Amino acid sequence: MTTPTTQFAPSGRLGLYEPMHQMSMWEDTFDGDTAVCMINDADSKIDDKIEYTSDKSVELAEDSRATRSISEKIQRRLAQNREAARKSRLRKKAYVQQLETSRLKLAQLELELERARQQGMLIAGATAHMGLCGTVGSGIASFEIEYSHWLDQQERKITELKNVLHTSVGDPELRVMVERVLSHYCDLFRMKREAARADAFYLVSGMWRTSVERFFLWIGGFKPSELINVVMPQLQPLTDQQTANVDNLKHSCVQAEDALSQGMEKLQQTLAQSVTFLAPGAGNYCSQTAFALENLESLESFINQADHLRQQTLQHMSRILTTRQAANGLVAFWEYFQRLRTLSSLWSARCPGEAA
Amino acid sequence: MEKIVKLASENGILIFSKSTCCLCYAVQILFKELRVQPRIIEIDTLPDGVEIEKALKRLGSGGSLPAVFIGGKLVGSTKEVMSLHLSGNLVQLLRQHAV
Repeated sequence: MTTPTTQFAPSGRLGLYEPMHQMSMWEDTFDGDTAVCMINDADSKIDDKIEYTSDKSVELAEDSRATRSISEKIQRRLAQNREAARKSRLRKKAYVQQLETSRLKLAQLELELERARQQGMLIAGATAHMGLCGTVGSGIASFEIEYSHWLDQQERKITELKNVLHTSVGDPELRVMVERVLSHYCDLFRMKREAARADAFYLVSGMWRTSVERFFLWIGGFKPSELINVVMPQLQPLTDQQTANVDNLKHSCVQAEDALSQGMEKLQQTLAQSVTFLAPGAGNYCSQTAFALENLESLESFINQADHLRQQTLQHMSRILTTRQAANGLVAFWEYFQRLRTLSSLWSARCPGEAA
Repeated sequence: MEKIVKLASENGILIFSKSTCCLCYAVQILFKELRVQPRIIEIDTLPDGVEIEKALKRLGSGGSLPAVFIGGKLVGSTKEVMSLHLSGNLVQLLRQHAV
């Protein structure tokens, strides 16, 4: 249909719409019997048909002064309707464009996912359907949140301990606070046990730690003998007996660490060998794959053993030392890690735009 | 089960292991470092390996390998061995029963 420059609002009150000259324009544009109404609607639906007769035109001419003020209002309303309809059309256009782009993105993502799944299938073989994609993310996501809370809580506990150390607090009370900090470390090890079950590789990669901490990472955490090295200078003077006990503990730690480290190396070698000879279509592909996966599972055990060593070292140190020494040791250990974390921030600030 | 008891009593230091188990390997390395030579039985190379593993589970080491026996008694798995070592008691115990 031809588009007129004016629109009519729908109504039964036909007589008062237009002054005479506009009516004649309408009559020229349309068939005299019918006119088309457009409502403020983006789809330009034909809503009403209004019939004009020459009688009604005459009535309009007689009421021209009244109709002029009314028609101004109508003009304004019509203009607003036009504007609203125009905006609505623009919005619709933008929305449709968004839908188109989203559809494209979705198609791309589906393709990537399919590709990744196929690659995952190649490595995992027959056992591919064991939640390779699904559950891993959520276990680790909750661990990251919990760990961040743990850091805040530990900061508070250590600050509390520091403040109390400046006072002449009694030994039993101090002992309770030391035990609380030690038990908080146990909380961390418990969290890590669960996270290791979800994704041992994530823990071992140290992605949950800052960059400098990662540099010192040993099987997903601090090296137990490092704890002793860091803390000892802060604890002097020690009795001869204490020094001997600490030396023995450190010696045992190092031996245990070496054993676990060599176990980890063997794990890498075994895995590398099994993957080297793993070929789809080979006779024992499925059993080889199952074997490789079994090896990967033992990573979780290594992390648990390493955490067990860490916990034992903390416990033994706190028993060899006096309460006050143990408290100082815990503070020193925490501050050491704070310094590592600060160094990480400084480092990433130094190299802007690079990942920390 | 009797086989396990017999083997344990015959050998001062005995480790039930699996050739593919890297944690078992780690414990063996530790014993080597401590200059003891345990008898190592790799159950995956034995025909009745599955039964031995089941019997070990019933003994209460949780069935996890390595299963370490010292002086005929079950000490436990990696965790127990490490705990003993850090507390300074492992070496003494080993020396008592070393061949």
